[in-house]
Amino acid sequence: MTASGGRSGLERSRLGRLPDRVFEIGLRSLAAAVLLLIAYFFARLIGQSSAAFGHIGVLNFIFRNNWDVAQLQPGGACTTANDLHCTFGAWALVLGTLISSAIALVIGVPVAVATALYLTELCPRRARQPLSILVDLLAAVPSVVYGLVGLLVLIPQLSGFQQSLANTFSFLPFVGGQVAGPSYFIAGLVLAIMILPIVSAISREVISTVPSEHKEAALALGATRWEMIRIAVLPYARPGITGGAMLGLGRAIGETIAVVLVIGASTKLGQSIFQQGYTLAAAPANEFAEAAATPVHRSALFAAGLILFVLTLAVNIVARRFVVRGTRGRFGATVVFTPELEAEGQ
Amino acid sequence: MSALPEVSARRRRTDVLMRGLLAAGTVIALIPLLLVIYTLLKKGLPAFSMNFFTTDPNGNFLGYPGGIRSAIVGTILVVALAALISIPIGIAVALYLTEYGKESRFANLVRYFVDVMTGVPSIVFGLFVYMVLVLGHVGGGFAAWKGSVALSLLMIPIVIRSSEVVLLLVPASLREAALALGAPRWRVVTRVVLPTSLSGLVTGSLLAIARGAGETAPLLFTVFGANVLTANLGQQMNTLPLQIFSDVQQASNALVTRAWGAALTLVLMILVLNVIARLASIRSRAS
Repeated sequence: MTASGGRSGLERSRLGRLPDRVFEIGLRSLAAAVLLLIAYFFARLIGQSSAAFGHIGVLNFIFRNNWDVAQLQPGGACTTANDLHCTFGAWALVLGTLISSAIALVIGVPVAVATALYLTELCPRRARQPLSILVDLLAAVPSVVYGLVGLLVLIPQLSGFQQSLANTFSFLPFVGGQVAGPSYFIAGLVLAIMILPIVSAISREVISTVPSEHKEAALALGATRWEMIRIAVLPYARPGITGGAMLGLGRAIGETIAVVLVIGASTKLGQSIFQQGYTLAAAPANEFAEAAATPVHRSALFAAGLILFVLTLAVNIVARRFVVRGTRGRFGATVVFTPELEAEGQ
Repeated sequence: MSALPEVSARRRRTDVLMRGLLAAGTVIALIPLLLVIYTLLKKGLPAFSMNFFTTDPNGNFLGYPGGIRSAIVGTILVVALAALISIPIGIAVALYLTEYGKESRFANLVRYFVDVMTGVPSIVFGLFVYMVLVLGHVGGGFAAWKGSVALSLLMIPIVIRSSEVVLLLVPASLREAALALGAPRWRVVTRVVLPTSLSGLVTGSLLAIARGAGETAPLLFTVFGANVLTANLGQQMNTLPLQIFSDVQQASNALVTRAWGAALTLVLMILVLNVIARLASIRSRAS
């Protein structure tokens, strides 16, 4: 390479720089394509949902409680003269999603946080890694297998337990009364198991970022182990744990196959948490084959998917805020990767 | 050193009680795993036989319903194609983020949406591909490759996130040394950054594959399912999750037994992927 013109001897020729430019532009456009894909997706989903929304309006679609699949004839015509019967009001689905996810959080989060605290603060050092791997393994079980176990093991085994719970706490609203096999409660229980590993993993990561000075200071002041956790660990880790719980909520809201199998797929809103119900995610999976013939029905399923998408998006955006604040860095890797690597990267 | 005052009995009791509660929580967390493993082995193993792995479902409701050969082959093919799509794209985007984008606004925007994408439910990706490719009649109706596309949409963010973590671990001094020797950036990336982080990238990719292999919802809308063995990705195909999902809803003991056997097979396949992934990550830390 000889120096010529304005270039120094070390500078690469215009042609020599070309592959580098191409490489960079290629990678950048790929990254841009991922963003465009999400935007395109959103636009198409709105387009597909417009028929259902146009029928009765967005708010009516969400808040009206009449998912009247049976009223539709093939082709979309109404079997009754009353047009209101031929609409899809998704309130039973929306509420079912919220109820089952809430039950999942109430059961799952305390267990997950207790596990995370035990594994990071109390557990013997040698047992820590194996136990963490075991808890993480819960995330590796496919949702259809959870559905299988829920439907064929939990529902028959827990029918007595469900009834006694319903009888004992019948003074609470939406608890007493008739108990069905598949129910919001069983769905919530299965979801609790499914969100346990992610909530626990993020809590573990957050708790491990608590500075040891804080903990040692508490111990030096005479705090017992639990007092150290209460005074030094929990306040510091609270935002991160909240974020982890919200990520779990996002998972619970979107979970489909396991819920379809254990919630009973009833389009009527259950009278109590021990009765059959439906969720936003379950409806498209359960009905899409029969909906192929009726455009309004299909559009209603897409609309359910759209609400689900917006709901999970909102939950995840808020959750991300919390976790980022909690870990003072980026999150997400734990969800799919070993926390140790993330810790080393900091 | 008995100058320190004793911890009062009440505080000690609270301490013991709370420690016990936390330990109990851990035990409770492990119960579902044991329950799943126990029932899978108890109900799945009796289904295993030579026939189970060498015959296809025959649609018979009475008598022997056939095995799960086509489901195993279908799962492997659909997931392999999904991996072929998602791993290169995922690693490329991660390379962009760590090597070029860094902390630029655009890179952070991509990071933000990738994070958000990891939280999008899998059924939504299924609906998306159903809407664009199946209803759009791109090369016919339901087809196995469309299932792969749906799975890859779900795997891409996982690959990006895990790859980015690993790529960030490559010491800057290695990159600088190569650049100082006169290597262009793209050669630094392909000759230094990628080989150094290879085992970590493998781990992340394998975990993404393991995640995709267990998904049912995206396949429901795209692959739809079939009984016969086929290697044609342009047709409907059988897969393990779909087989389980359809068998479990039948009121037939033979079909339910097949569902348990298929579930055990699926979990074993995913477990193997996870173990290989862990081994690869241990190797990467040792080197």
